[in-house]
Amino acid sequence: MASPEPTDQETIARLYRGIARIRRVEERVAAIYPTDKIKSPIHLSIGQEAVAVGICEALRADDTVSGTYRGHATYLAKGGDLNAMLAEMYGKVSGCARGKGGSMHLVGLEQGILGCSAVVGSNVPVAAGYALALKRRGRGQMVACFYGDGASEEGGVYETLNFAALHKLPILFVCENNFLAIHEPLNRRWAADRLTERVATFGMPAQRITSGDIFEIRTAAAEAVAAIRAGAGPVFLECHTYRWREHVGPAEDYAAGYRDRADLEAWQAKDQVARLAALLPEDARQTIDAAIAAEIDAAVRFAEDSPFPALEELYDHVYA
Amino acid sequence: MSTPDPKPRSLRYVDALREAVAQEMRRDPEVFVFGLDVDDHRAIQGSTQGLLEEFGADRCFTTPLSEDAMTGVAIGAAMAGMRPIHVHIRMDFLMLCMNQLVNMAAKAHYMYGGSVKVPMVVRSMIGKSWGQGAQHSQGLHAMFMHVPGLKVVAPSNAYDAKGCLIAAIRDDNPVIFMEHRLLYPTEAEVPEEDFTVPFGKARQMLRGTDITIVGISNMAQECLRAASLLADLGVSVDLIDPVSLLPLDMETILASARRTRRLLVVDNAWVSAGAGGEIAAQAAEHLGGEGPLTVRRLGFAPTTCPTTPTLEAAFYPNPTSIAQAAYRMVGGDPAWTPDPAQAQLAYQQVFKGPF
Ligand SMILES: Cc1ncc(C[n+]2csc(CCOP(=O)(O)OP(=O)(O)O)c2C)c(N)n1
Repeated sequence: MASPEPTDQETIARLYRGIARIRRVEERVAAIYPTDKIKSPIHLSIGQEAVAVGICEALRADDTVSGTYRGHATYLAKGGDLNAMLAEMYGKVSGCARGKGGSMHLVGLEQGILGCSAVVGSNVPVAAGYALALKRRGRGQMVACFYGDGASEEGGVYETLNFAALHKLPILFVCENNFLAIHEPLNRRWAADRLTERVATFGMPAQRITSGDIFEIRTAAAEAVAAIRAGAGPVFLECHTYRWREHVGPAEDYAAGYRDRADLEAWQAKDQVARLAALLPEDARQTIDAAIAAEIDAAVRFAEDSPFPALEELYDHVYA
Repeated sequence: MSTPDPKPRSLRYVDALREAVAQEMRRDPEVFVFGLDVDDHRAIQGSTQGLLEEFGADRCFTTPLSEDAMTGVAIGAAMAGMRPIHVHIRMDFLMLCMNQLVNMAAKAHYMYGGSVKVPMVVRSMIGKSWGQGAQHSQGLHAMFMHVPGLKVVAPSNAYDAKGCLIAAIRDDNPVIFMEHRLLYPTEAEVPEEDFTVPFGKARQMLRGTDITIVGISNMAQECLRAASLLADLGVSVDLIDPVSLLPLDMETILASARRTRRLLVVDNAWVSAGAGGEIAAQAAEHLGGEGPLTVRRLGFAPTTCPTTPTLEAAFYPNPTSIAQAAYRMVGGDPAWTPDPAQAQLAYQQVFKGPF
């Protein structure tokens, strides 16, 4: 599919800001991580940012996203509060979950972030339930539910696809296919690489995007969202992407031998951060970069300066 | 001026459940009922009868055979502010929902620092009799009692069934609501208006001085029958139905056991790592240092439930085995056994509820 590159600088600048911000935040997190100030297992999405940003571009502020434990990009793309995110990773009371959730459980109901789950695939049925409620409310709101190729192997995900199609729920399922589940490549887990075709049999439009191209993702998402809002029921998008770093932690792990550096290089050659940067005038890009750097500096300071929760908080929020 | 007491009315457990849900659905448009077969002609033994007709298919609907995902759907809808009641015709199917119940429903409020609530009810029924067998006659409540964030209730009579179900629907937390198949036809006096039975408050079913007996779910009824056999022997029973297992009203149980120094817990489940173990352990922790304390647990035989009637009879505690255990604990003749006619009379006793 030809990539419909918008020429208007405003759109490009907005997309660049979104995607570069996630990249730089995660790079900063990776740099801080070895200091042990962040004691929460981090799953970086460096290399995968285009999916979250491309999809969230198509959403309204009052729509909701449901993410995975690799959810930093989803959280930020949907408008999550950066201060609250970093504070959460530091375990501080000013975090988005008062420090009780950590990196894998970023949440922000006000920004339409339903949260993430450490148990692979378990966010998917919950997202459908949320979509069911939104449908009843009748305000045209919807859910975008992200999950990985590994999650696609869980039974509950298929139970959910069937239910969502049956009830024509306003939900966009997005499978971020990075070809890996921890250290297991796809060909050791899937008998047939036919995920999109499989989902289509549930009776919903299903499309595979292999390019990693943010404009292509954004266009597909916009079409899907329009159909969903019109009441047509769920849509599925499989977006190929690639995780540059190790499964959990800040390092690269190509020496481990479970994947090939050539794959990384192929994806880096079409890195969407660099691509969008190149589409912007130099001074515009520098202005954005400077603003991002300042924002991250401030957020790190906020996280470091925030207090830990009081001991009594151990027992708070067990019951509502 | 106070309104006169409404006329006492006897209602079956199953109808009490149905009335509770219908009244709450009328009161709150966010309440909905879903689950496999809730809208078919049998309507979960009649407990969801009429809901489809009154409230429509939007608020009472069946599901695919997808218990895990449907639990997640209830959680998501609850997070969005609705009040789902997810019904399972058997509690055995909750095993398919364990991930969502334990990892998602129980944790969400805490894990998100209080910013999300999960006000949902999971109704399920324990089976027994007529050879229902290994996979349809389990009491699995102890598995849920283990998990902070969940609430677990197991009402033993129609009054508590209605009051607890209304309380469960109005509760802002996930509530596992355990029913028992043999309780469905039992009757008690149940007010017509809506009312709640608060969680964490045990029900004192009998006042006595010699022994404290705690009966869980259907076993509360069997203990009542056992108590009538014991009364013939001059043994007076302090009988407690915890009603709510998480939170658990240990105060009432401890106050009683502190007086009687004898505690027998009869569970509708296996003994090992069960509710009885929890109650006995807490009693020992609190009362053990004060003087002699005799503690015993009864429950399912430590084996899989058989279907053949002769073996099934030996699988469950019954009024005779409960009375025998209690009689031994108070120092009675270990060889005592009720004569069959007496036992027969006890079995026919109907619980009308001390309400
Ligand atoms: C139910 C469950 N099984 C196994 C795991 C261990 N685990 C954590 S991440 C992961 C890989 C998931 O891969 P994928 O869904 O493709 O997401 P990705 O990490 O690639 O973003 C696994 C197997 C888990 N957390 N939950």
